[in-house]
Amino acid sequence: MGQVSDTAPVDAQALFEYLLRLGDNDLILGHRLSEWCGHAPVLEEELALSNIALDLIGQAQLWLELAGEVETSFQGSGRNADQLAYRRDVAEFRNLLLVEQPNGNFADTMARQFYFDLWHYLLLEQLSTSHKPQIAAIAGKSVKEVRYHLERSSDWVIRLGDGTELSHQRMQQALDEFWIFTGELFMTDAVDQTLLTAGIGADIAGLRQPWREQLEAVLAEAGLVMPQADWSRRGGKQGTHSEHLGYLLAEMQFLQRAYPDARW
Amino acid sequence: MNEWPLWEVFIRSQQGLAHKHVGSLHAPDAAMAINNARDVYTRRNEGISIWVVKSTDITASSPDAKGPLFEPADSKVYRHPTFYKIPDEVGPI
Repeated sequence: MGQVSDTAPVDAQALFEYLLRLGDNDLILGHRLSEWCGHAPVLEEELALSNIALDLIGQAQLWLELAGEVETSFQGSGRNADQLAYRRDVAEFRNLLLVEQPNGNFADTMARQFYFDLWHYLLLEQLSTSHKPQIAAIAGKSVKEVRYHLERSSDWVIRLGDGTELSHQRMQQALDEFWIFTGELFMTDAVDQTLLTAGIGADIAGLRQPWREQLEAVLAEAGLVMPQADWSRRGGKQGTHSEHLGYLLAEMQFLQRAYPDARW
Repeated sequence: MNEWPLWEVFIRSQQGLAHKHVGSLHAPDAAMAINNARDVYTRRNEGISIWVVKSTDITASSPDAKGPLFEPADSKVYRHPTFYKIPDEVGPI
């Protein structure tokens, strides 16, 4: 990855924040999916979930590495991807509330994944034309992986929705449960505005329309109903998390906390 | 869960021209069998094309018939093209 000094006009701190959000979403959801390892309903699905987890953790590594470079540019010294992943505490994480929610049953995991994949795909598609070459490159590489994630999760939503009475009921319940976390996907703040204006970030609020349209198409095919709720949980991307993230980090960060700088 | 039928998976590798049998897996239908095959058998860049076929759709020769089926070929060395001189101009085949 090249130098970041070419970014000039944009506020480096905002860029750092933005990259943490991108990286943390991938890292936390990747970790959540890895929790299925050894517990998935069938071997084939277990491997698929682990593959997706590894894709996301790989993407997180690229985003956080870049975040560390940006941090160096305004602080003189920056953290590397491992330090950012394993040495930050809850309030310093910038992921969406959606991705830190527990796995629940298989339908819950698929609902969470489908909501995220659809958004993630639209986001990366936009970021792959970012004016910042490093961002465009990471997004361009990731979008191919995420396209497959989306294909898989939407396939499961349709299968479970259009399956047995029980699978239909569980799928609908899962979609309804996670719905209150979807509003945050499209909420923007000053950081998003700064990056959008600079031609570096995506039009996050603008993703709502295509997201909803594609969601409606999949739900229609699945025979599922669009969830309704006029309020949303928010705050994850500013560092205000649900109680679940602390437990996740305790497990994910244990080794680096107990044995700092331990090497494989 | 194992009401899901068994599928045989064939992968065409980066270099290979033919699809080769790599193993089997369970899946509810062909589309998901392809996806599962991708996740189970192409994790290390093994393939560029996948075929799946229901195991029950494969008709196999009987192991008991091995003798009559294959042994007669043993004594027909002339079926191997080893008795021909290859002209130098042809180069390695």
